[in-house]
Amino acid sequence: MLLQCKNVTHYFGGLCAVSDFNLDLQQGELIGIIGPNGAGKTTIFNLITGVYKATQGSIQLEGHELVGLRSNRITDLGIARTFQNIRLFQELSVLDNVRIANYGQIHYNPMNAFFHVGRFAKEEQRTIDEAMQLLDDLKLADVADETSKNLPYGQQRRLEIARALATHPRLLLLDEPAAGMNPNEIMTLMDFIQWIRQEFKLTIILIEHQMRLVMGICERLKVLDFGATIAEGLPYEIQNNPKVLEAYLGEGAE
Amino acid sequence: MTSKTNRFQGPRASWEALMAKRWLLPVIIALGFILSLALHLGSFNAYYQLTLIYICINVILTVSLNLVNGYMGEFSVGHAGFMAVGAYTGALLSTRVWPVELNPFLFPVTIIIAGLVTALFGLIVAVPSFKTRGDYLAIVTLAFLFIVKSAIENIELIGGPRGIPGIYKLSNLPWSYVWMVIALWVTRNFVYSNYGRGVLSIREDEIASDLMSVRTRQVKLLAFVLSAFFAGVAGALFAHALQFISPRVFDIVKSTDILIMVYLGGIGSIAGSILGATVFTVLLEVLREILGPFQTWRYVLMPLVLIFLMIYRPRGIMGLREFRWFIPARDLFASQRWRSKAEAKKKEAADAAAV
Repeated sequence: MLLQCKNVTHYFGGLCAVSDFNLDLQQGELIGIIGPNGAGKTTIFNLITGVYKATQGSIQLEGHELVGLRSNRITDLGIARTFQNIRLFQELSVLDNVRIANYGQIHYNPMNAFFHVGRFAKEEQRTIDEAMQLLDDLKLADVADETSKNLPYGQQRRLEIARALATHPRLLLLDEPAAGMNPNEIMTLMDFIQWIRQEFKLTIILIEHQMRLVMGICERLKVLDFGATIAEGLPYEIQNNPKVLEAYLGEGAE
Repeated sequence: MTSKTNRFQGPRASWEALMAKRWLLPVIIALGFILSLALHLGSFNAYYQLTLIYICINVILTVSLNLVNGYMGEFSVGHAGFMAVGAYTGALLSTRVWPVELNPFLFPVTIIIAGLVTALFGLIVAVPSFKTRGDYLAIVTLAFLFIVKSAIENIELIGGPRGIPGIYKLSNLPWSYVWMVIALWVTRNFVYSNYGRGVLSIREDEIASDLMSVRTRQVKLLAFVLSAFFAGVAGALFAHALQFISPRVFDIVKSTDILIMVYLGGIGSIAGSILGATVFTVLLEVLREILGPFQTWRYVLMPLVLIFLMIYRPRGIMGLREFRWFIPARDLFASQRWRSKAEAKKKEAADAAAV
């Protein structure tokens, strides 16, 4: 088992944002977490990646406890993510955005950096080549020198994924990757997610509002409402689950 | 593909041609050193020499504060406190510790020790920066400045409020120039390294940076320590140029001066730091000439400069831009070199397939 969440509960003050969240994720799976706005989906990503520390419960990556670790340690262990609202390093170049995510893979000490001696040149060149190769794979090599805030929206989304991949993750958390996309773009994105999953041997958790995307590629779904898991199962099971319809459409909806 | 030289015409083309001659930078740096040595040995006008020494010292202060305020995007106002620690450490070493006759030879050691002691104080400010940001960190650094100043005022052993008079004039133009070049070079190297990119990412988005595996604490620690080190170096040079230091020299006005130089020249830029410090120092001396008996008006004019700057060019003259010669070739041509390498590889593969 790759990731295991056991009874994860999180409070913001007196507000229960996530209660008793359980998840067993096998290597290579692609699962979706859906639910109305404010259901606690992004909070779960924040708990897994150490942005928040879970009030109760345990989160384990291959038996390694993550609760209490700093975000950069968790990223080093192999979990990377993207954000609901794009959070690129806006003023920096596309290439630098990806190179920064290589931080954990570069091995030289501060003295090498102060004087540009020793392993410095070799390590730097290696990360440049690695980052450029990744950008090339994701069809961003041509804009490598652009300032990232000047990229069109779709490319910014792709760059965020590139940056996450640069940390060499095993588990990728995608937070609403299709936000603001039209049906055509969503079709392309579905192929793209399938492709990176194969190419980089990833396990993926997806948060999404766009049912078309979720139903199209997720093997398993979890539905949250007000922090509680109200349903889970295969996509077609979820589609007809009365609890889910109620959460989305309101009580008594048919 | 069209060749690079044809892309631009007129003055822009000649500028591009000049920029391509990157070997000129080390030549200019060497010429600068020879010139500083010549001015020193030729006993050039002492007042102009002192102004040049101040320019060098101010460049060091500006680039070191720029690392924290410009590159990292924090707001430290306690830089005069670091300068004071360096100045007092250096002055005490040369007036009380070293044998008088060895002083000129031990001067580099004095400067380095002053820098290292100040770097330790850098840790004191780095640790609260793990927890607080922005305005709150500004207040922490302000508190640090006041603590340093009142501590010095109350320790009789180091002269208390009277300060240390009679410091030997050891900061000459060549030494100041050499330390300025070292400060600029090391800071540039740091900025164009893994840690430096971490510094930039903290400015852009600290949470995202942590999530992209950047050890933000390590990066902050290094940035503050390096910044404090060079502030200490500048302080020690300053003490041995002015020959007299007292706590009053290192007050909030001194910190403000350094802030003006950073925001005038441009945040996040080595070239901006040089420009800001030079323009500010020269302007100050010119004002001294022009204002005559109305010296206090400088405290009106300088803040006015800052106000207009913040309104019309909040990032400074060179804000977030860099003079191309200062960018390591590896980074400047990274994508270009990678593309030509990739093309060569593709061609090789095609040739092999043809055979």
